[in-house]
Amino acid sequence: MNQVQNFTKGFLKENPILVMVLGACPALATTSSMINGLGMGLATTFVLLGSNTVVSLMKNLIPDKVRIPAFIVVIATFVTIVDLVMNAFVPSLYEALGIFIPLIVVNCIVLGRAEAFASKNTVWSSVVDGAGMGLGFTAALGVLGAIREILGSGAIGGFKFISGDGILVFILAPGAFIALGYMIAIVKKINKA
Amino acid sequence: MEFILLIISAILVNNIVLAQFLGVCPFLGVSNKVSTAIGMSGAVTFVMVLATMVTYLIYTYVLVPLGIGFMQTIAYILVIASLVQMVEIILKKISQPLYQALGIFLPLITTNCAVLGVAILVIKKDYNLVEGIVYGAATAIGFGLALVILAGIREQLELADVPSGMKGAPIALVTAGILALAFMGFAGLV
Repeated sequence: MNQVQNFTKGFLKENPILVMVLGACPALATTSSMINGLGMGLATTFVLLGSNTVVSLMKNLIPDKVRIPAFIVVIATFVTIVDLVMNAFVPSLYEALGIFIPLIVVNCIVLGRAEAFASKNTVWSSVVDGAGMGLGFTAALGVLGAIREILGSGAIGGFKFISGDGILVFILAPGAFIALGYMIAIVKKINKA
Repeated sequence: MEFILLIISAILVNNIVLAQFLGVCPFLGVSNKVSTAIGMSGAVTFVMVLATMVTYLIYTYVLVPLGIGFMQTIAYILVIASLVQMVEIILKKISQPLYQALGIFLPLITTNCAVLGVAILVIKKDYNLVEGIVYGAATAIGFGLALVILAGIREQLELADVPSGMKGAPIALVTAGILALAFMGFAGLV
């Protein structure tokens, strides 16, 4: 597989959230606006890049039996870095994402890529894979956030274009489930065609 | 009285899956049949109460005195992972029927973000040990409730004529959305 394909597969064909339905928790919880969704996506991308790189560098050093705990420690280290950095430099976004920053540790996408890809491939391929998957996840979260923000508060990126309220339910929990459900259905249709 | 409010709030008003979006993966993954949903809920309740207790003690008596509160994430995930492993081994030794009922769900729980989420929330909300355990148990019951209801609906949906693109995850998510809408009715309760 060439590197271009390796990079672009994360966007539609193997999109972590829209096709494999991994990492649904942060995708639902942090997409009440487009900016929050993108912020969460980029934080996850950073962790994914870091863990994929380190895991593929150490793949020959880690005994097979303890590989899962070892991967988790690597991932948790990068999550702690993101947690501290975001707290220091983007406190308002950090506040908005809240508990979902430390919870990147248990995001199935990160461990899934470490186990399924980085532990079997070269460092460069793993970096490209991590970038593609991470940005695919970010794009999906951005779109979902934009849809919910437009429908729910009549705004995009914090800029309001209607007066009065939107369809409030899309900002709240039920709207997240419903919007993601329809997005997955649409992507399924596109991938089939 | 305080505890009753805490329990009602955790089960109905701030339901862990439908209002706080924690544990959505197992919520969608094991909600095809009511019987597996019940097994999963049992395992989650067991682990969540234990994990909340152990992580609370570790945070208060190890991390804080040493001044390494920032190691919370790493410490917690390791504790939860080893706890799950330990529970599995002990269960296998002492109670074969219980192991058979919960066993296959235990490994899945390590990556259930609800368990780690509750452990972190207990510290964030400044609960003491007893409140933390009650909160953990009530949250687990709320998770089980949502899971069993969704499984019941999905068993019925098997017979319905769902458009091909909506089959599987999409229809489950839309159903969960409507369920969340129903749970919003509890909002004024506490």
